[in-house]
Amino acid sequence: MSIRISAPDTASKNEVIELKALIQHPMETGYRRNNRGEIIERDIITTFECTYDGDTVFQARFHPGIAANPFLTFYTRATKSGTLEFRWTDQNGQSRAETHSLTVK
Amino acid sequence: MEMMKQDKFNFMLDRRRLLTLGTAGLVCAAFPMSTSAEAADADKAIRDLFGDGELNEGRVTVDLPPIAENGNSVAIKVTVDSPMTENDHVRRIAIISPRNPLAEVAEFQLGPRAGKAEVATRIRMAGTQTIRAVAEMSDGSLWLGKASTVVTLAACIIG
Repeated sequence: MSIRISAPDTASKNEVIELKALIQHPMETGYRRNNRGEIIERDIITTFECTYDGDTVFQARFHPGIAANPFLTFYTRATKSGTLEFRWTDQNGQSRAETHSLTVK
Repeated sequence: MEMMKQDKFNFMLDRRRLLTLGTAGLVCAAFPMSTSAEAADADKAIRDLFGDGELNEGRVTVDLPPIAENGNSVAIKVTVDSPMTENDHVRRIAIISPRNPLAEVAEFQLGPRAGKAEVATRIRMAGTQTIRAVAEMSDGSLWLGKASTVVTLAACIIG
């Protein structure tokens, strides 16, 4: 399952930067049936969190109404050089993360 | 003669195909009716998330395409009119559907560090509907925005 992040490498202090995060995931709703008529079990990512040098700057809670391969665009203010961490956690508590370093001039 | 037979055969096939399509369409239409949320469920979802405060119209803009060919993935953008300062910012935004099996679609937590109160994602839509977005401000006030999309192929139980 791949993750794709789009974030600037550098920003000026107090600039509002755009962050895009995509993770490959089926986001199986639990409402569909297979060809034998059995319900396909729900399998979704339930939370997403973006931290900036350890501080949470954005969080999301997903339900089955979010499309497969959840994609998010959101913003944060560049305060200082540091690490952005993007973390997804599924309904079973399994999580995956990706980091991106940002230099603030 | 041979030609006529052929034509008849084609016609039968077409009829059969039509029938199958028709049945699939019916199943598609019937299922959401029994399992989907309704306007009342959407109201309840908003109350469960945000409490009983007054719901003001405005300040929240929902961007959706007027027509979506595929309800499995529809781009949505929610923008809230807010300076996003320490004293005046958006705390939470929720996307609510009055027609999907589950009214609550997503909830976002923001803060003054967001700098800009805007979130975009892709949602599933089980049919033509008016999506609502609710924003909770730092002063506790609640604001509502709406947008409608006509969905030609719904993200129904089968899709």
